[in-house]
Amino acid sequence: MSEPILEVSGVAKTFVLHLRDGARLPVVSGAGFELFAGECVALGGPSGAGKSSLLKMVYGNYRVDQGAILVRDGDETVDVAHAGPRRLIRLRETAMGYVSQFLRVIPRVSALDVVAEPLIHDGVDRDEALAKARALLARLNLPERLWSLPPATFSGGEQQRVNIARGLIAHRPLLLMDEPTASLDAANRAVVIGLIEEKKRAGVAILGIFHDAEVREAVCDRIIDVTEFAKAA
Amino acid sequence: MTATEQPLLVAEGLSKNYGARIGCRDVSLEVYPGEVLAVVGESGSGKSTLLSLLSTELAPTSGRVSYRLRDGALTDLASLGAAERRLLMRTDWGFVRQNPAEGLRMAVSAGGNVGERLMAVGWRHYGNIREEALDWLGRVEIAGDRIDDDPRAFSGGMRQRLQIARNLVTRPRLVFMDEPTGGLDVSVQARLLDLIRGLVTDLGLAVIIVTHDLAVARLLSHRMVVMRQGRVIETGITDQVLDDPREPYTQLLVSSVLAV
Amino acid sequence: MSASDVGGMPQITYNFAYLDEQTKRMIRRAILKAIAVPGYQVPFAAREMPMPYGWGTGGVQVTAAVLGRDDVLKVIDQGADDTTNAVAIRGFFEKTARVATTTSTTEATVIQTRHRIPETKLREDQILVYQVPIPEPLRFLEPRETETRQLHALAEYGLMHVKLYEDIARHGHIATTYAYPVEVAGRYVMDPSPIPKFDNPKMDDSPALQLFGAGREKRIYAIPPHTKVRSLDFEDHPFKVQRFAKPCALCGATGAYLDEVILDDKGGRMFVCSDTDFCNTRQEEGHRGEMGA
Repeated sequence: MSEPILEVSGVAKTFVLHLRDGARLPVVSGAGFELFAGECVALGGPSGAGKSSLLKMVYGNYRVDQGAILVRDGDETVDVAHAGPRRLIRLRETAMGYVSQFLRVIPRVSALDVVAEPLIHDGVDRDEALAKARALLARLNLPERLWSLPPATFSGGEQQRVNIARGLIAHRPLLLMDEPTASLDAANRAVVIGLIEEKKRAGVAILGIFHDAEVREAVCDRIIDVTEFAKAA
Repeated sequence: MTATEQPLLVAEGLSKNYGARIGCRDVSLEVYPGEVLAVVGESGSGKSTLLSLLSTELAPTSGRVSYRLRDGALTDLASLGAAERRLLMRTDWGFVRQNPAEGLRMAVSAGGNVGERLMAVGWRHYGNIREEALDWLGRVEIAGDRIDDDPRAFSGGMRQRLQIARNLVTRPRLVFMDEPTGGLDVSVQARLLDLIRGLVTDLGLAVIIVTHDLAVARLLSHRMVVMRQGRVIETGITDQVLDDPREPYTQLLVSSVLAV
Repeated sequence: MSASDVGGMPQITYNFAYLDEQTKRMIRRAILKAIAVPGYQVPFAAREMPMPYGWGTGGVQVTAAVLGRDDVLKVIDQGADDTTNAVAIRGFFEKTARVATTTSTTEATVIQTRHRIPETKLREDQILVYQVPIPEPLRFLEPRETETRQLHALAEYGLMHVKLYEDIARHGHIATTYAYPVEVAGRYVMDPSPIPKFDNPKMDDSPALQLFGAGREKRIYAIPPHTKVRSLDFEDHPFKVQRFAKPCALCGATGAYLDEVILDDKGGRMFVCSDTDFCNTRQEEGHRGEMGA
């Protein structure tokens, strides 16, 4: 078998809440797993088990106390747990994407530009990027009249579709998804399932949190039970 | 960090004492081309002193600031003569100040404010200067028919946008910003931030922005430096510092803000 | 004070040209430096003079420092030899230096002036002394003296063009008509004192030595003979001098700077040479304008 895209080993994290007299909040401990190209893996376990924290640690959004998170970036392997911020920023630009639960709205930027931005950042021609963004938004059934508007006033489901489009438009070998279908109707869930399957076929490794059983069963190849890591912590 | 990526500005061990009072203590940092670095902290944390030191407006008590000149050489700014340093400041650098009256010539028209740097670097064709000024006013969303009005007739947000145009007209590579949205209404702030964000991306600017507003840091910056009592106490990717702050003081800062 | 040895003098007299020798020496040193660094404002320890500021205390001190016993002095104010200021200063040096005075530009060796350069071309053996109210050309836009000194030191003169830009933006053309800034010898930007910009070209490559004295501001600057003096402008708004629609009503001169003279309260007026000596000389030579006698 080929080299993993993501290799997590011995990862531990505890929040220290200084404002509450240094209270310690263990999240995970001894977390370890691998992720290979073309597979989709769900992080499983009840809420509070540390699924989201683990996902955020992989992305470098949360810091790691112990262990290593190795992400392949071309010929290099980068340890997210120890990489400097500049390296981490570049890793996010080339090797991993993140579809968060909620869209962080940027004032005055249209939905279309929000979606096209990662591609433009990659150096793709602006017109080409916008064309791809239009196609994606159309596929996700976002009404065309909304495309030129900033998503601040969109409904939750509309914002999430913009968010998914933004997260999926550019190619990243590792994709992290935090409940991408939470506020979508059945038709749009099906669209997202299709998009995820396409990514898998393109060799993208996906790590996600999928509460929706239908989506999970449709796209996930296996489930990693985070409870095991939480127990240890 | 590829072998080719080189910092634009490097500060090493910067300290500044005001008599017995300490403005800044042993600060080291690097800024890379095209990157926005936010310096956050409360008033009195030393962030404005740091900005003055980095921009050579203040001389450090100890330590040094180096800058990669256009010839590619990383040069200790203290080794430059006053003329070279000033040339650098009005061509390759910009400085957007919280108080527009300090960053603009309030009795000079908007066009003259934008054109000044061009004239300073030798532009001597009125029509070209005016055309360039008009272009920049457009970029900062100031109507062309305001070109001959002076900034005293402008709102706070317009003044800040004019200040930005005045600074960017020579295509600097590094811009210092000191609380550029301070004192503006929230809606005006949002517009200004969006404008800055767009210009930074389009022009590939490196920006060192001092702010006490974590939402501003979140929206604009790639990396963050948290200062307290003159020291840098925490650094990292902006979302990491804001979402998983480690230091007690940073946790306090983050928790003191409504949803950033 | 030296007295008694000169027959016919009053009992109390003045040191030659009023100022004591040490002061004149100090001023001459400043003048020498000003000549060595054309257009650069040299600070000097201006003295209190027996006349108010604004009446030419700077020019008078420079004149006192360069005047010799054989010099012939002419003083003009707005081009005229017979105005109060000109008469008073001429009288001052007649009394304190007992030099010969004249109203003729060609006869004079030292000409002190306020607000004009004579129309008659000057010669190498002549010195033109300007009275200067505000020597700093950048002050209008940058009031901080510390900053303007820096700007001069580093030859950062973008600001000067900002002023001209503002003129064009507001008036459609460069509306500055006097005290029009010049660049001297390709280096310092200088305020030529409130002469009309009409006179600016006369400063360029002038055979005469030009000295500028600002008494209140305690500055002396100079243009040595045959120095390049360029009026600042834009490529698409080149420097231009005023043109007058009609020749002088008295002497018929064209290409001279004219003053408007109101003749009556019914709107009657005429335009005559501001340089009275020039106009009189032409009339003596037989030139006549439309209202010439």
